[in-house]
Amino acid sequence: MPLRKDIHKIMVLGSGPIVIGQAAEFDYAGTQACRALREEGLEVVLVNSNPATIMTDKAMADKVYIEPMTIPCVKEIIRKERPDSILPTLGGQTGLNIAMELVAEGFLEEYGVKLLGANPTTIDKAEDRQLFKDTMEKINEPIIASKVVHTVEDAVEFTEQIGLPVIIRPAYTLGGTGGGIAYTWEQLREIAASGIMYSRVDEILVEKCIAGWKEIEYEVMRDGKGNVITVCNMENIDPVGVHTGDSVVVAPSQTLCDYEYQMLRTSALKIITELGIEGGCNVQFALNPDSFEYAVIEVNPRVSRSSALASKATGYPIAKIAAKIAVGYGLDELTNAVTGKTVACFEPTLDYIVVKFPRWPFDKFVYADKTLGTQMKATGEIMSISNSFEGAMMKAVRSIEMKVDSLSMPLIAKLSDEEVIAKVKQCDYERIFSICEALRRGILTVDEIHEITLIDEWFLEGFQRITYMEHTLEQAEELTEELYLAAKKFGFTDKLITKLSGKSCEKVHRLPVYKTVDTCAAEFEAETPYYYSTYDEETEVKPSTGKKKVMVLGSGPIRIGQGIEFDYCSVHSVWALKELGCETVIVNNNPETVSTDFDTADRLYFEPLTPEDVTGIVAAEKPDAAIVQFGGQTAINLAEHVASLGVPILGTPAWSIDAAEDREKFDVILNKTGIPRAQGDTVFTEEEAVAVADRLGYPVLVRPSYVLGGQGMEIAFTEEDIREYMRIITRTKVENPILIDKYLMGREIEVDAICDGEDILIPGIMEHMERAGIHSGDSISVYPPITIEERHKKIILDYTKKLSKELAVVGLVNIQFVLYNDQIYVIEVNPRSSRTIPYISKITGVPMVDLATRCMFGEKLKDMGYGTELYPESEYYAVKVPVFSFQKLRDLDTQLGPEMKSTGEVLGVSRSFREALLKGMMGAGFKLKKNGKVAMAVRDSDKQEMVHIGERFADLGFELYATSGTANVLNRHMVATNSVRHEDEPSPNLIDLIQSGEIDYVIATSVKSRHPELAAVKVRRCTIEHAIPCLTAVDTASALLRCLEGDTNIESCELVDINTVHLK
Amino acid sequence: MKKAYLLLADGTLFEGTNVGAEGAKIAEIVFNTGMAGYQEVLTDPSYYGQTVCMTYPLIGNYGLNAEDFESRKCWVSGFIMREACRYPSNWRKDRSIDEYLKAENVIGLAGIDTRRLTRILRSSGVMNGILYTEGYEPDEAMIEEMKAYQVTDAVKSVTIDQPAIYPAVGEQKHRVALLDFGVKQNIQRELCARGCEVTVLPAFTEPEAVLNGGYDGIMLSNGPGDPAENVGIIENLKKLIASGMPIFGICLGHQLMSLAIGAKTEKLKYGHRGVNHPVKDLAKDRTYITSQNHGYAVVGDTVDPSIARVSHINLNDNTCEGVEHIHAPIFTVQYHPEVHPGPQDTSYLFDQFIDLMDEKKGGAQ
Repeated sequence: MPLRKDIHKIMVLGSGPIVIGQAAEFDYAGTQACRALREEGLEVVLVNSNPATIMTDKAMADKVYIEPMTIPCVKEIIRKERPDSILPTLGGQTGLNIAMELVAEGFLEEYGVKLLGANPTTIDKAEDRQLFKDTMEKINEPIIASKVVHTVEDAVEFTEQIGLPVIIRPAYTLGGTGGGIAYTWEQLREIAASGIMYSRVDEILVEKCIAGWKEIEYEVMRDGKGNVITVCNMENIDPVGVHTGDSVVVAPSQTLCDYEYQMLRTSALKIITELGIEGGCNVQFALNPDSFEYAVIEVNPRVSRSSALASKATGYPIAKIAAKIAVGYGLDELTNAVTGKTVACFEPTLDYIVVKFPRWPFDKFVYADKTLGTQMKATGEIMSISNSFEGAMMKAVRSIEMKVDSLSMPLIAKLSDEEVIAKVKQCDYERIFSICEALRRGILTVDEIHEITLIDEWFLEGFQRITYMEHTLEQAEELTEELYLAAKKFGFTDKLITKLSGKSCEKVHRLPVYKTVDTCAAEFEAETPYYYSTYDEETEVKPSTGKKKVMVLGSGPIRIGQGIEFDYCSVHSVWALKELGCETVIVNNNPETVSTDFDTADRLYFEPLTPEDVTGIVAAEKPDAAIVQFGGQTAINLAEHVASLGVPILGTPAWSIDAAEDREKFDVILNKTGIPRAQGDTVFTEEEAVAVADRLGYPVLVRPSYVLGGQGMEIAFTEEDIREYMRIITRTKVENPILIDKYLMGREIEVDAICDGEDILIPGIMEHMERAGIHSGDSISVYPPITIEERHKKIILDYTKKLSKELAVVGLVNIQFVLYNDQIYVIEVNPRSSRTIPYISKITGVPMVDLATRCMFGEKLKDMGYGTELYPESEYYAVKVPVFSFQKLRDLDTQLGPEMKSTGEVLGVSRSFREALLKGMMGAGFKLKKNGKVAMAVRDSDKQEMVHIGERFADLGFELYATSGTANVLNRHMVATNSVRHEDEPSPNLIDLIQSGEIDYVIATSVKSRHPELAAVKVRRCTIEHAIPCLTAVDTASALLRCLEGDTNIESCELVDINTVHLK
Repeated sequence: MKKAYLLLADGTLFEGTNVGAEGAKIAEIVFNTGMAGYQEVLTDPSYYGQTVCMTYPLIGNYGLNAEDFESRKCWVSGFIMREACRYPSNWRKDRSIDEYLKAENVIGLAGIDTRRLTRILRSSGVMNGILYTEGYEPDEAMIEEMKAYQVTDAVKSVTIDQPAIYPAVGEQKHRVALLDFGVKQNIQRELCARGCEVTVLPAFTEPEAVLNGGYDGIMLSNGPGDPAENVGIIENLKKLIASGMPIFGICLGHQLMSLAIGAKTEKLKYGHRGVNHPVKDLAKDRTYITSQNHGYAVVGDTVDPSIARVSHINLNDNTCEGVEHIHAPIFTVQYHPEVHPGPQDTSYLFDQFIDLMDEKKGGAQ
């Protein structure tokens, strides 16, 4: 069937802000889908609240609404735009849930909007536990003994029948939020209660625990004719029990014989056929390792994280094909873009092995619960490709940027044998490293580790071979060519070989060759230059076109502080380079991104971002230049190395980055330009830190240099704080000094500027709602500023000019200032792209990355048509509100501070500031309940300000509760407040009050320590477990009040098509 | 570890390590793109005279077991893989790939750039070669022999000597004569599972013996070699066609049947060997993922439209994948609905064959 004739205007739903369990993969999917639809000449209306995405670019859709992903808002957009159809299967669970509610309400029918890619019955059959069970029973597909319940009592009763342990899975939640495995009756009650609460429909599934079975996934596709294919299957190294998002996964499956492979494949196809899905679908199986017994665990009737992985692992563009199917095409009518000749109705075959390794946030969140289970905790992932398991594993560990280059972790290497064995038994994020340490020391055998972990021996043998290679290198008398090559085939870097053997690789050194990912194991010629390295005989790198060739380094896995925005920048830079007539080469290892689509750059290298890996690519491609300033810290860290290979770095030179980070060098620049900054000094040890803090006077800001996202950054109020933070920072090797600054609690201001070497252009100044001290990524940020006076803006412009000039910036620079006692101080300068680039580009209409890239080629800002200096302020306000994933990370303190904690962001756009703020808050998930009860427990320094906050709540009719100290202050100021006992006092206390479910907002500010045992942390965690909004800064509370106080509601707000805001 | 080599007719030499038996062996070198299913590949008689290179790099991961053999022995001349797993893991495994190849006296070569070899075969076409191990270096004469090598007498070499009977599973509904041109056991398993008693007959069984055997239908199996060399069998098939008996042919069976109705076959550049080929059933307008293993194909244009029609085509290269008679209850496919290895999506063809036999019986009553 060709394109349907009844579709002309199609609404695509995005997935909203990035949270754990729903990340950049949906930007990749949405972007592919939008392009595929526009190719067909369809008008696309896009809705996504996440401004950091590529899909919300004006070039991606005809209409782009960066508006809250809520039912009322989507309804309004449908009323305004009147699309004839809606495609909800590419926007993750968020998009799907919204569409399902619109169907349930009859809204889509009322407005004549066709639901594409799925039908409501399909979705319910896959997502509603009971219907799913019935459907599977109907087609004779086995599932695990389970029961849907709505109360804790029913959960207990059913478990009495099937026995412990059981898994609790809440219905309709992301990444298994609120679920878990219960081994005891107490755990059962606890997890069941939280699961019911998190479920959209107060529903959980209690399921027989089959931990230890193999976990196998299939990515399948179906078209309207009924043609079905599997794109890829995947095997989790961690058996059932660890969320697939937290599992190390290989593709294709390694330990399944053909019969087992086909048995599960047939089952997956039967399921997609029965569900009638038109598009992509993911089916997860548990396979008994000792028989052919299997069970269907879960079906995702939509494009998912696994489909992004499967797309990159095979080269098969699932999202694009799913979009084409949704508008009527058959799989047999679509071409396989990789070969350009064969059809999309086939199954990719791999001649390499892919490893996916999750990236967890525990390097930042040191106190969070680090064990892995049914609730996903990773913020991102990387993928590696090799033709041996060892090679792919070694590439994977050096891609995750956990400061390791092998399966050995310094902290684990220091443990005693008993401790290592104990750690192997613990299913935490470092388990693979613990296993390898045990194998390395010979304290556990493969069989013993299998007994403990139930990980298949095939994988354990692979780990063992890696440790054998380490031993061989350690004991080698000579580093022969043969040994060197064997180690290279195992994925060892030269640096690691030298470290282990003590011998230089110089004489035996060899460069890798590059093979192509072509979907067909070389059976047909591939059109797409999508490469990975191996140590083989033949390289497949295509000859250059003769155009100027530029290499763009990507940003690696998504983690806190380095998110999707850097992929946005990298991709835009590639597009700008293509416009400039260059041949582009991109290097990245993140399977969730648009940058790693094979048709983004002219050549794609799916490789680790380390000096040695990049050296190989430079040797193979011989680029004329490289760009590092768009790939976050990952790319910046490679600047010096790339330059040393003789590849010129375009734009801001490498020394400039160093000058901005190095305290002494930066002070020289500030002295020269006369720009003030907070007093401070650099230190390496705890004692030095304490001495500097004493000299400056508390509070002080403590942070390591050369990191993104304020990693390890804290405000210290006492010597005790300093000592605690320094101990955390020095957990990993300290290569760069630690900065200690006097902390100025003023208004924080941020600018992103473009500099051509002479002139600068500031598209917009942003002001933070929260005072300095909260990381810029976690602050609510407003453009254009609402309280900054013209004279201060002039100073900011002046300082930005001076700093750009001194730092020789060509391209982008991000500067943070603080306005304190009527004076502007500079906090930090980052001569590179930043988190705010996408949002400022979209709201101002200044294509910042494009202009920056052109500056690097010598073009001048004054010739580009956007002017210089300060760009005129938009008549629209854009409020960026951070989004957190606290419910996924147990024991993590939610108190905001200088270290970033948010995983994503949303934007609210409106001509009125209040509306923009309201949209932002709603987009971030605030329900904005206008009456009820507020509980407060704040630190002494905030108590005075709480009087006003409390009063505003009281004026709205809220009933106030506060701990004794706070309550006393409020009552003294005639704001009637009920006093409650502190959380560490006997029951009933604040925690009991929160648990009662009667509280609507909690304001809990205390900066003490982050340890989960502390009472204040317990209060904040308690609000998360009960899904009660908890504000940890007075300014955030004030912002919330501004939204509550007005009569504004979303229905009355103007909906803004971002493509029209800068058409003046 | 001993070294092993592959010398191609164009002079390219690959050096790797020896797995399995030692020696030197001339064969046609082909590649298979399936990611699993090496045990079934090794024991598929259609690979007679060929050395198979697996494009998936990790082979032997799940070992071999007693149940997944497709015939009585290993038929490949030699076996090439990037890495041979020494410590396989699977609940059914009872031997490693190395142990098996040794026991079957088949030479294996591991550790070469299999993708490079595949690319050579893709661009130059299937090529002859010598697989040999250290100490068995070929002399000039052997190299000349290799260059001239052709797979001949293939069917004769693989077919059984004596008929064998396999009982139906459950109630017996039909009796099927299965002509063994190099049959994979799953063909008879599929038929037995559908209530057929299957008699496997030697390839050269006289047509009269087949027609007088009291069978309800005839199954023509897969098999190796150039279909056109089987002149006698093709003549026999003409008699079977004329009988009006339901006939279902697979792979070589399909090619021989096509030759019997006057169509032509041709050698493909590098064949179809894998489990991911899209085949369109033209009547149903549905595309299925199929398991394939053939070096020759029926030339679709040579099928006389007054006798039969091309029923299936391969969507990758539009080659003929199935033929259906217009006047007789006969249909044949180039691919392998019996799978092992490969996707089970086209097992409906066996049901179709059963239906033909049901109809025939119904009509007779």
